Amino acid sequence: MDTVQKHNIRVSGVPGAQPVVFAHGFGCDQNMWRHVAPHFEDAFTVITFDHVGAGGSDLSAYDPVRHGSLQGYAEDVLAIIDDLDLKDVVLVGHSVSAMIAVLAAVAEPDRFEKLVLVGPSPRYTDDAGYSGGFTEADITELLESLDSNYLGWSSAIAPVIMGNADRPELGAELTASFCRTDPEIARRFAHVTFLSDNRADLADVTVPTLVLQCTDDVIAPVAVGEYVRDAIPGAELVMLDATGHCPNLSAPESTTAAIAAFVRG
Amino acid sequence: MVSSSLAGADAAFQEALRRDDPAELYDRAPCGYLSTTPDGVIVRVNATFLAWTGHRREDLVGRGRFVDLLSVGGRIYHETHYAPMLRLQGAAREIALEIVCADGRRLPVLVNSVLDHDSDGAPSVVRTAVFDATERRRYEQEVLAAKRRAEESEARAVQLAQTLQQTLIPPTPPHIPGLDVAAAYRPAGDGRHVGGDFYDVFQVSTDDWVVALGDVQGKGAEAAVVTALARYTVRAASVDHDSPSEVLRTLDHVLHSSETDRFCTAVLVRVRRSEGTWRATVACGGHPLPLLRRAGRSPVRVGEHGALLGVLPHARFTDTEVALKPGDALVLFTDGVTEARRPGQFYGIERLLAVVDEHRAAAAEVTDAILADVMTFQSGDARDDIAVVTVAVH
Repeated sequence: MDTVQKHNIRVSGVPGAQPVVFAHGFGCDQNMWRHVAPHFEDAFTVITFDHVGAGGSDLSAYDPVRHGSLQGYAEDVLAIIDDLDLKDVVLVGHSVSAMIAVLAAVAEPDRFEKLVLVGPSPRYTDDAGYSGGFTEADITELLESLDSNYLGWSSAIAPVIMGNADRPELGAELTASFCRTDPEIARRFAHVTFLSDNRADLADVTVPTLVLQCTDDVIAPVAVGEYVRDAIPGAELVMLDATGHCPNLSAPESTTAAIAAFVRG
Repeated sequence: MVSSSLAGADAAFQEALRRDDPAELYDRAPCGYLSTTPDGVIVRVNATFLAWTGHRREDLVGRGRFVDLLSVGGRIYHETHYAPMLRLQGAAREIALEIVCADGRRLPVLVNSVLDHDSDGAPSVVRTAVFDATERRRYEQEVLAAKRRAEESEARAVQLAQTLQQTLIPPTPPHIPGLDVAAAYRPAGDGRHVGGDFYDVFQVSTDDWVVALGDVQGKGAEAAVVTALARYTVRAASVDHDSPSEVLRTLDHVLHSSETDRFCTAVLVRVRRSEGTWRATVACGGHPLPLLRRAGRSPVRVGEHGALLGVLPHARFTDTEVALKPGDALVLFTDGVTEARRPGQFYGIERLLAVVDEHRAAAAEVTDAILADVMTFQSGDARDDIAVVTVAVH
């Protein structure tokens, strides 16, 4: 299987320039980066992709064993980097992809020049001496919530173009598959995302790392962002004036500015 | 009468219109209305929403965020799906959430939202309609539970069938010093159902082996029971009886006295070596005769037809003995080979004879060639199980 098709990879920007790879989080697909990634096309090779199971990826490439841990997703990212022959990569990971980025950078640090972790959390559920913000019962409730919302979703999703008559700037490429996927894959991904514990991996990161933290993030609270900053040697944290878990959508300007200051500096 | 009732209707119309001014329509609509900033801070809420949830307007407006009203699972869904969809698509429809009411009760709701923009195109306000979905959610959960039970049961059935199949089909025949044995098996259709074909290759004593291949009528669990019965009967009876026709007679008796009304066909070959020469004794019960291919000669059918097993009262089976010299081979097959079909045509014995004639290297070569040719003939869609066992002398 061709990696480009498998992950619906899109490459833009300056060919041969330093690559910036944007990895989306749990829930939606690479369109999460559409207000941020284009701002790096002037000086970088910009790569966006869909995790297997999300967006326009090849659902048949989903492997319950490989994708049963974040390590498998990290191997996917490394395979993309390998297949596209990318060097000195800046890897920008949002939400669960922040930890996927950590795992990839720990496994093959020489591939990376910098990491940007947007709304990271190494563990979502509480533990002795650690507050992740959720209990396991909360995660069970999330899975029920997914079930309710995925009930009517077909496993074979035709990429129907959304009618956005009032917002033509969205363009034709944003399809109904945004935020939609095979319910069973979404369930498994939710499990992997919200029940992983990657706290021990943080200390092994040797790549310069920036943490971007929102002020009011119900999924990754400020204390968790600070935990990540403190655990990764030499990491910096920038607070974004943004609410919610998706500053790449709710505050794309300040998100872009913070990433740019880190990678262009 | 007519004119006065018309006048009454007109009065009712005017009264309803007067009472349902836009403010009333908003506040007392049969759904909850909320307006928020793009970041979710509540700026307006209608009376219906407050009545449903027990929240007070002053606790919500300007203070609470919509996401804070949701159950924890709903909050995560809001942040990972709902908010991104709203931001990127300008609308989110039929999102299933639970509102946590003032008294802690959960209200299942369906939510539609639109994100409006100001004249510069910047997001300005989110308008949300909330529908009580208590009954619908209960029904959905029942449907979901039923779907999950059905899927689990299907998965269990498939796994059971596959496990059963594995126990019935030896994956590779054992190594027999001096002989070259190869087998192939392909279940009909998608391979998820227990088929009726079986084969077995086992040792009775030194230089004394039995090759069995059979076909139980039908499919599924009951056929599998008969398959297992046939296989173990052949194994046990081969210890007592040297003659394969005697073994078939025993199998016939066993099937008659068992509770199944299924029948089967089988071909048995007893292969023995004495003083350096292999001899094969062939017996058939309702089964296509195996092929004997001598070195340098065209393959021919060998053995005599016998009765279907488990059907007739006084069934007769006959032994046929042949000497096997180096380069000779016996090919056992089920009717899934010769009765393979394509529109207007059977695969037939002639085509099988030609394939066996052509492939004279290792046993595996002719076995694989038969399977491949039969599958090609049927364009890859096998309606019946296919089993082939080849025994060749080095």
